[in-house]
Amino acid sequence: MTGRARLLLPVLVLAGLAAAPFLGFDTGFAYTLMARAMILGMAALSLSLLVGGAGLVSLGQAAMLGIGAYAVAALDHAGVTNALVVFPAAALLAGLFALVTGAVSLRTSGVHFIMITLAFGQMAFFTASSLSALGGDDGYTLYGRTEWMGTRLLEDRAAFHFILLALLAGTWLLLSALIDSRFGRVLRASRENALRAQAVGFSPFPYRLVAYTVAGAISGLAGALLANATEFVSPATLAWGRSGELLFMVILGGVGQLYGAILGALAIVLLEEWLSHLLNYWRLAFGPLLILSVLFLRNGLAGITAPPRRRRAPPKAAAPKAATLEARADA
Amino acid sequence: MPEPLLELRGLRKRFGGLTVTDDVSLTVLPGEIHAVIGPNGAGKTTLIHQISGTLRPDEGEVVFAGQRVTDWSFPRRARAGLARSFQITCIVPGFTALENVALAVQARSGSSFRFFRPAHLEARLNEAARAALEGVGLGHRAGVVAGSMSHGEKRQLELAVALAMEPRLLLLDEPLAGAGPEETERLVALLRSLRQRYGILLVEHDMGAVFALADRVSVLVYGRVVITGTVEEIRSHPEVRSAYLGEDEMA
Repeated sequence: MTGRARLLLPVLVLAGLAAAPFLGFDTGFAYTLMARAMILGMAALSLSLLVGGAGLVSLGQAAMLGIGAYAVAALDHAGVTNALVVFPAAALLAGLFALVTGAVSLRTSGVHFIMITLAFGQMAFFTASSLSALGGDDGYTLYGRTEWMGTRLLEDRAAFHFILLALLAGTWLLLSALIDSRFGRVLRASRENALRAQAVGFSPFPYRLVAYTVAGAISGLAGALLANATEFVSPATLAWGRSGELLFMVILGGVGQLYGAILGALAIVLLEEWLSHLLNYWRLAFGPLLILSVLFLRNGLAGITAPPRRRRAPPKAAAPKAATLEARADA
Repeated sequence: MPEPLLELRGLRKRFGGLTVTDDVSLTVLPGEIHAVIGPNGAGKTTLIHQISGTLRPDEGEVVFAGQRVTDWSFPRRARAGLARSFQITCIVPGFTALENVALAVQARSGSSFRFFRPAHLEARLNEAARAALEGVGLGHRAGVVAGSMSHGEKRQLELAVALAMEPRLLLLDEPLAGAGPEETERLVALLRSLRQRYGILLVEHDMGAVFALADRVSVLVYGRVVITGTVEEIRSHPEVRSAYLGEDEMA
């Protein structure tokens, strides 16, 4: 089976992240950079479930990230720093937000879906800006990182690094299983041809809603980790530019492969860092690079080593089809 | 007379000022092939849409297996045993033929809110899917990506998907459209072999196939059923000749 070869690249990347601290990348700077890449990689993975798996292009994923981060800040404000409370609460809250907003957003499709997720994202952004108890626009500085069993384990750089790595790998495995499961099959079929899924008896809505909620909860967890990594939370975490950045990561990495999101996140975080050292006006170079990658890497970074997966469709299928819209209108 | 499997009672559908379905009542009995013929624009596909649930009629009732299903959604009717094929081929192009059929098997065998076990390793789904593919003569093409199949194969695949649903009634919208002479022959033989197990409502332009297969025929003109009768009655009906079949074809 070609499955083995397909997994080579993501396994190498994860192994590289595991080996990095022993290869001299154990400075505070390197840890910070890798933490950022792994956390955003988790969020991008969850978005990839929506974009690549379900064909749902959301421009509001940063809201889930931000809700997770703000959950940490709010609990910190209330004096709760126990990891066993903080992380589940962050995931649950973001998942709940996704469930409620998804129930509305998923009634629409295509461009309307993009716009409505963006609108919900902006609502969350302005809500965060007006939370005066948590610093409003200025943000909120955590007193310390979340505690594990009363210890300050997460303050240990190496420990934090490997916890993030385990969570990133776990998220990837979990979402891969989801895509391959019965549930994922209905999701993929509905993306490619919703009318066909309906014709055999599946109503796509509940499947999409569950996917949207799962993606929200994972992004919420990522947000809680981001708050811990930076020990600071601000409305910028929820800004819609962040949602766009996550979408970039997914597309650059390759929509047809879940792990593309990890590659995309790593590439963008490293590229940002590298270019900002190289050039004063590095953002000028960033844009064209992204455009070139979209034009010439049709299957993203994941497509460089692995051919598009047979049982999964090429990325173009992510576009909503006329048949889908027709079926919705008729329903 | 046995209880009808499908009964339409006074269906009516208007698009603006145009009445496309005008007081249509007909029945399909278990084990019967009931063909609906009519010129282009007579409203045959619109009628299929209303039976399958992709369109809601303005008036009238759809009764399936003794239940009023008029308000049921398309997926719900499908789960109840009402399978339809489409005039324009409708498959999941990125799935293999096997996975296309396995999706239909999955729909009727337990919950699909299962998240961790790989679906393509479920032997029960795959075996049933393979059997359905073999039933339509596509057994050797199970691993082929559906989007890369020939037109005729896609039509066969669609039929296999419908059969894998284990339906009680098949709604077939021009299953022979675009098929070559050999494919037509094979599909006609296949449909004939299905008659005993399912009720079939067949919309078809190929008169040879209709007359070879149908137990009863309804002629639809401008949304109205002009006549329902046996093949013999339809062949000899004067109004049908002028409205649809043309004099030459009857010679």
